[in-house]
Amino acid sequence: MAEYKRPKSLMPMATGYCPGCLHALATRLVADVIDELGQAENAINVVSVGCSALNLYSWCGDVIGSAHGRAPAVATGVKRCLPERLVFTYQGDGDLAAIGLAEIMSAANRGENFTVVFANNQTYGMTGGQMAPTTLLGQKTTTSRDGRDCLTTGYPMKMCELISVLEAPVFVARYALNTPKGVMDAKKGIKKAFEKQLRGEGFTFIELLTNCPTNWGMNPLDTLEYMNTNTIPYFTPGVFKDKEAEK
Amino acid sequence: MEKRFMKGCEAIAEAAVRGGCRFFAGYPITPQNEIPEYLSWRLPEVGGAFVQGESEVASINMVYGAAATGKRALTSSSGPGISLKAEGISYLASAQLPAVIVNISRGGPGLGSIQPAQSDYLQATKALGHGGFRAMVFAPATLQEAVDLTYNAWDYAERYRNPVMILMDGCLGAIMEEVELPEMKNSNPEDIEDWCLDRIGDRTDSHMITPILPEPALELLNKGKAMQYKMWEMLDTKVEEFMLEDAEYVVVAYGIAARVAKEAILRLREEGYKVGMVRPITLYPFPKASLNNLDYTKVKGVIDIEMTIPAQMREDIELQVKDRCPVHEYGRSGGMLLDDEGVYEAIAEIVKGGE
Amino acid sequence: MVTINSMMCKGCGYCIRFCPKHILEMSKERSEKGHFYPVNIDEKACTTCAICALMCPEGAIEVTSKED
Repeated sequence: MAEYKRPKSLMPMATGYCPGCLHALATRLVADVIDELGQAENAINVVSVGCSALNLYSWCGDVIGSAHGRAPAVATGVKRCLPERLVFTYQGDGDLAAIGLAEIMSAANRGENFTVVFANNQTYGMTGGQMAPTTLLGQKTTTSRDGRDCLTTGYPMKMCELISVLEAPVFVARYALNTPKGVMDAKKGIKKAFEKQLRGEGFTFIELLTNCPTNWGMNPLDTLEYMNTNTIPYFTPGVFKDKEAEK
Repeated sequence: MEKRFMKGCEAIAEAAVRGGCRFFAGYPITPQNEIPEYLSWRLPEVGGAFVQGESEVASINMVYGAAATGKRALTSSSGPGISLKAEGISYLASAQLPAVIVNISRGGPGLGSIQPAQSDYLQATKALGHGGFRAMVFAPATLQEAVDLTYNAWDYAERYRNPVMILMDGCLGAIMEEVELPEMKNSNPEDIEDWCLDRIGDRTDSHMITPILPEPALELLNKGKAMQYKMWEMLDTKVEEFMLEDAEYVVVAYGIAARVAKEAILRLREEGYKVGMVRPITLYPFPKASLNNLDYTKVKGVIDIEMTIPAQMREDIELQVKDRCPVHEYGRSGGMLLDDEGVYEAIAEIVKGGE
Repeated sequence: MVTINSMMCKGCGYCIRFCPKHILEMSKERSEKGHFYPVNIDEKACTTCAICALMCPEGAIEVTSKED
């Protein structure tokens, strides 16, 4: 038996996300964890550009919107000035893995003591479904109509793998939100990352594999299956770095 | 008051600390490197934070984050770096965050040259970023003035919740002069509790800092800002009027160019020529009245001296002169410096030619 | 006890898909928002495992234990 109450860190209304969008689930999960940790009034949500920006309107606590890709830089400024606060960025894959590559890699490398929540839906949702650096090979988008071709656009970028080779990050993990098990694991992972931040351990990075029913052109339930057969085999879920466990 | 012999960039950095600055983020670029170098050790001494950003883009966004917490935040750069900061400065304006940006400008366009120039006037006064906003631009001509303007810059930034720019050139950044350093200011600015992210005292309500707004709210913000810009013009315009009373020729110059021009004016005065000067200290708001209210029955010409070609302030000058006398310009560019002889000759040619 | 807020529900069907007791079903009528939404067709069979709430992107489902 279990109980579930809608987190008070979320506005008491529906989000701006499309039906079945796992961005909304990711946001709710973060809110769940913040409530459970009693951090609702201590948290600062650094929101980026893209669908993630819809967080601006569904978040009840302190929230700051930033420029496209710059959330880790904004969070650096916030956290250096308010080290006691629980600071996290909420970013999509176009934002984090393309325009914001310099900011995410540098913040990770400096070991900034905040958490990055990275929602990877393999497309630019807000602008209408263009190819993202994370788009799977063969996946059709509005800028790769015949499917992504590695000869001209390279390969889907694996951010957890990239970040985990840096020395400074303390916890780097990827979870898929298309099953209850994945969601439960993700929740534990987010909690672990936040707890590490609150203990001042350093940079934590949580990648959440999500979907985009609207721009993938599928009904929500089909996207969950698509993730099982396509996304998860390429973007392997798991813990890529856990400094504590290494000791 | 403490007197010290300091280099321009370092004087600005120390004045910032004394003005309450507790956060700096920046990226190396000549000729402003002494600012981050100085603050890298000085800020931690006073409990502040220094971050060397991975780029100018990141640095201005770090400042954006820091400013949102109510801390007094600073970044500095030079021409090419300011272009990179443009996006972030626009976001500061949109989110109504106070911050100070120092531009120690160099020759342009492009990577240009690392030598001093005044080629960023139009960028600073008309479009520091996209979207149509303005920022106050202070242009000191001496290091003491640079210290005083920097020291008080956050007061303006916070009063109007808007970014403020200090525009100097590489000359002023590099020269050494004696400066009187003011007392350390309280680094916890007042009247920010109602908007910043820091939960001061027992405040428990949450805050949203946002650079994106619903259309009607954005229009309202822009209307409010438009009124604010008018207010700056009335309340905050700073200008030095030099030997204007009987002037038949009026030089308009700011910063380093004004210092060089002043020497030429004094020399011409000794020769009996009635030359004066309007030196804008705020480039925005531009000291319109000083030029508009000249006695054009006496004034035979206005001469714009700038260390850039073509002159950039000329359009602002012409809008006030309104064809009541000819407007001339003289300058050097690309990192080639204005010198006493060149400026004297340029002014003398116009003044003496008018006889 | 499962409470479904039809004003927040967008009808994605994740709760129905993952309910281990298969006791959630899509409504026949649309909500005021224009979406079909889940209804509990057998409250007695509900174990209040809260998987429906866990998978709801909108946080539209709240679960309280049966004693209440």
